Amino acid sequence: MHLAAISVDPVDVTAAHCRKLGYTFTFLSDADAAVIKRYDVLHRGAGPKGNDIARPAEFYVDRNGVVQWVNLTENIAVRARPEQALSAIDAASLSH
Amino acid sequence: MKRKWNWPIWLGFVVAVGGLFSYEFFAEFPVTRDFPWANLSLFGIGTALLLLGLFRAFGRPQLYRGRIFGSAFAAIALLLFAFFAYEIFYVLKQVPLSAQAPRASEKAPEFSLPDQNGKHVVLSDLLSPNGVILIFYRGYW
Repeated sequence: MHLAAISVDPVDVTAAHCRKLGYTFTFLSDADAAVIKRYDVLHRGAGPKGNDIARPAEFYVDRNGVVQWVNLTENIAVRARPEQALSAIDAASLSH
Repeated sequence: MKRKWNWPIWLGFVVAVGGLFSYEFFAEFPVTRDFPWANLSLFGIGTALLLLGLFRAFGRPQLYRGRIFGSAFAAIALLLFAFFAYEIFYVLKQVPLSAQAPRASEKAPEFSLPDQNGKHVVLSDLLSPNGVILIFYRGYW
């Protein structure tokens, strides 16, 4: 299973961040927020300079490209825990 | 007679200020970030000490100092708590509804984006063998 993060940060910012924190998973840069808008997870004006950024959101997409689990937090401080994602994946693979 | 140092006021103020400024530290752990127990506890302890100090200052002013600076410290601590509560219980909950976000059993929208190495990745690259977890981040580190 892959893990892919997406933010509006440009590639160089994301690359520096990944180096600093040792992230080896895919970290995608959606600088114009086109994909963020396509997934309707845009948070208008919430960036540090009033720019548009992504709201926190997690999706599990199965091997057929079908969404199996969505986590849309109602509180920016509360994010999905790894256990939640893993049980969602277990549930999805059992139903196949 | 020289009046006594009213230590609960000072300690209470320091603990209450710590309740605000320790947020970044406690936010690193899910158990103290999902709900800010640790920070609220610090504010609570700080308030109890401040009240004890004020009680002493106003109850026995001939013995304890702190009627003026104790009141000022208590007012500042109250403002800090009001700011904290506003941020935690209001600002953090201003999240868009995302009513049109893809739902379970819908096809995930395709995309093509550069990764941290500048290499373009499309959704279908990530699907085998067992799918992908997409994590949208606020970014700006």
